[in-house]
Amino acid sequence: MKLFVSILLTALLGYAIVLFLPWWTFVFTSCTVAIIIPQKSIKSFATGFAGVFLLWAIQAYILDINNDHILSQKVAAIFQLGNSSVLLIFISAFIGGLISAFAALTGSFARK
Amino acid sequence: MRITPFMICAALTTLLVVGTNQQIDTGKAKTPRLGYFLSPQKGFWQNAEAVDASFNENLSFTGLQGKANVYLDDRMVPHIYADNEHDAFFIQGYLHAKFRLWQMEFQIYAAGGRLSEIMGDSANGTSFIKIDKFFRRLGMVYGAENSLKAMEADPAIHATLDAYTAGINAYINTLDESSYPLEYKLLDYQPELWTNMKTALFLKYMSFDLAGYEQDFEKTNAKSIFTKAQFDALYPYGEDSLDPIIPKGTAFAPAGINMQPPAADSAYQQFKQTAAPADTIIKPNPENGSNNWAVAGSKTKSGRPILCNDPHLGLNLPSIWYEMQITVPGFSAYGATFPGSPTVIIGFNDNCAWGFTNAGRDVRDYYEITFKDKSMKEYLYNGSWQKTSFRDEIIKVKGGQSDTEHIAMTIWGPVMYDQYYPDKLNSKKAYACRWKAHDASNELKTFYLLDHATNYDDYEAAIATYQCPGQNMIFATKNGDIAIRQQGQFPAKWKGQGDFIMPGTDSTFAWRGFIPDSANITMHNPIRGFVSSANQMPYDTSYPYYLDRNYPVYRGYIINRLLNGMEQISASDMEHMQTSNYNVFAEIARPILLKNMDTRQLSEKEKSYLNILENWNLENNPGEKGPTIFQVWWDSLMTVTYKDEFDQSTLPLIWPSENTLADGINKDSAYIFADNINTPQIESVADDINISFKKAVSRFTELEKENKLDWSTYKGTMIQHLLKIPSLSRLNLVSGGGKNSIDALTKDHGPSWRMVVELTDKTNAYGIYPGGQVGNPGSKYYDSFINDWLAAKYYKLLFATETEMQQQINNKGKMSFNKL
Repeated sequence: MKLFVSILLTALLGYAIVLFLPWWTFVFTSCTVAIIIPQKSIKSFATGFAGVFLLWAIQAYILDINNDHILSQKVAAIFQLGNSSVLLIFISAFIGGLISAFAALTGSFARK
Repeated sequence: MRITPFMICAALTTLLVVGTNQQIDTGKAKTPRLGYFLSPQKGFWQNAEAVDASFNENLSFTGLQGKANVYLDDRMVPHIYADNEHDAFFIQGYLHAKFRLWQMEFQIYAAGGRLSEIMGDSANGTSFIKIDKFFRRLGMVYGAENSLKAMEADPAIHATLDAYTAGINAYINTLDESSYPLEYKLLDYQPELWTNMKTALFLKYMSFDLAGYEQDFEKTNAKSIFTKAQFDALYPYGEDSLDPIIPKGTAFAPAGINMQPPAADSAYQQFKQTAAPADTIIKPNPENGSNNWAVAGSKTKSGRPILCNDPHLGLNLPSIWYEMQITVPGFSAYGATFPGSPTVIIGFNDNCAWGFTNAGRDVRDYYEITFKDKSMKEYLYNGSWQKTSFRDEIIKVKGGQSDTEHIAMTIWGPVMYDQYYPDKLNSKKAYACRWKAHDASNELKTFYLLDHATNYDDYEAAIATYQCPGQNMIFATKNGDIAIRQQGQFPAKWKGQGDFIMPGTDSTFAWRGFIPDSANITMHNPIRGFVSSANQMPYDTSYPYYLDRNYPVYRGYIINRLLNGMEQISASDMEHMQTSNYNVFAEIARPILLKNMDTRQLSEKEKSYLNILENWNLENNPGEKGPTIFQVWWDSLMTVTYKDEFDQSTLPLIWPSENTLADGINKDSAYIFADNINTPQIESVADDINISFKKAVSRFTELEKENKLDWSTYKGTMIQHLLKIPSLSRLNLVSGGGKNSIDALTKDHGPSWRMVVELTDKTNAYGIYPGGQVGNPGSKYYDSFINDWLAAKYYKLLFATETEMQQQINNKGKMSFNKL
């Protein structure tokens, strides 16, 4: 349950804060979630990752589907990823997830 | 708190954020800020426009004076219905920005020599600082400043510019980092607010593209290796095959100005002198041409005039054109607009239609300046030392030091080349540029008045003040008038003036003022029933002013031949003609090649290539091998004929035109350039043709192996994104045509807007351009016209009333504009 709640909260707060502030400010919310929901460091790391990974992947996926992959294929080619929209979604989400994971880990050490 | 792991993790997180929030230099170019760029809420994913997006919006701005509605039709063409002109031009600016902002800004960064500011000093092998220096030193900003003053001195144009600028800025002010166009995110910079000066710069860029071509340095170099007779044979004045815009035999009034060359002409005409090669040659494309013609009602099925225009420009994505209808009390116009400028540029209204081709007259000359010393503070002019003034042009460089160009200004104009900026011949001398585009002028007024025109007199009034770039302005009305005039303010030159660099110490080498407007001849309702132009010479050589030497001849010739033979013309006949791939040059040149070929010594393989050429139907169609064989062979013949002579100089020279060679060998089997000056024997034209075929065969064989012998693959037509990013471009397009076909589509240059307007009571108009209405590469409308354009299809242009637009079922959206 804690696991699920912290993933959901990481995603929701990470989405909300970026509505108003720069793209990277989810680090503050991911960190905060890890502070208020006590978990083992490794679990905080994982939920921090999962929250933003899923947030970014789902958003990118929806935008991409509605766009018939027009833009993602062009951008994938610029990054030399073949024309793979899926790979580009994965890489986007992975970068977001990774940053969030370290932010959450920072949070988990803050409370211990 | 576990302080050590906490600190390590905090540091790592910070490092990750900082690392993904900055551009990384890959050596060739810089990446975007990856975290930002890939963020779904802020980055490029936000530019992935939903394919079923609706464009309905209610917008309110303080800058508006009344109400207006915009309907986006099924092709995303906006139809503006506004209460007044101010609001119409405000909305035109808003829409240009909404759909084309990045391109508009990028174009003026190029025009104003500011590319380094956004691109850095170089990327992917392109030196942006060199390009910027070139445009600054040419005086683009100086010319735009002068023209802006003239435009803003005209109350109607000033108001139009202000409204347009306000509309663009109203859109820019709605943007934030998530809604910036894709390219801003890729290159990592932000849009600036628009100004009237930017519109002036954009229009100046068109002057550069269309009236910036000159060969003064190359031809000066040619003097060093050729005699006068050779020079005149290489660059003839008035080609034999010419069919001028104003037909041969027209009588011209003698010049009212003394057109005798100066007494000091002897040095200018001396053929010989020069040193080591230089680089950076930025030239507008010499093929920037176009076709336009209008046929009178006497030749059409409907009994009404039909006007056609297809301007040939460099083809890019996003396209230089944006289609639009503007309807206000006072006028209703439809056509192609320039993102970056208000008004409809090429199009039609309820009463008439108009279009343009480029005049291509030489209005840019160089004068050698003799400075007293290296400070460049004084220069010699008519025997005394004159003071220069200076313009400091500061070029900012992203991630680098700014560069200041300290440009001396003379009576001739800016000193473009000096000790700090070498000319093409690396002569270490100083040269000032006299360019018509430096002068104050108000071209926008012409387009503004044409949008409002109702009859022939309005056309005359609209074009009367037009100065630069000179254009062949074609016009037709519902009343049955057709007309054409080559309009511009052209320098009055004596024969040969401006072919070479002129001495800047002597005022007698100045232009003899300007050709009077009365000598810009109008052809109005001629008996032959049509008017036309295709960048050929405007008049024959009996014209009392010098017209320069570089004009294409073949498109004009075939257009006139076809129109002469046509009756009962319909709009679809005109579409077929506009997209004709017939190679009229090959019609003239192929017999010369075949006649001189000695087939006895040829192998079977060689004969098979010759057979393809013999059996070719002279159509430059995509799958044909004939046009490739013809072109490769002709190029080979040009090389065999001229290369020996041209190799006498390592400095830049201008290659003669294809028709010069064709005319030359057609009339003279002992053509003076046929002999290879590096061999003991004397080669004839026939020898050259046989040698050139043998050389061409090895190229045919290579091409055949690579499956590139068909015309389309050989030509490799592409429409590149302005940043040359392949995945944002359309490459390897299946296409026919070529520079000597009416459909003058070459590798990256060709018909940028095809338009056919039949002036029946209810206007019957068709058009298409190779692009799409939305500049965003993430939109399905980004390149949506290209396939139809390649297939020579046209769209019926919806020139509609607001009620008719409301009834359209396929509209993509309605935008309501209100005063706030």
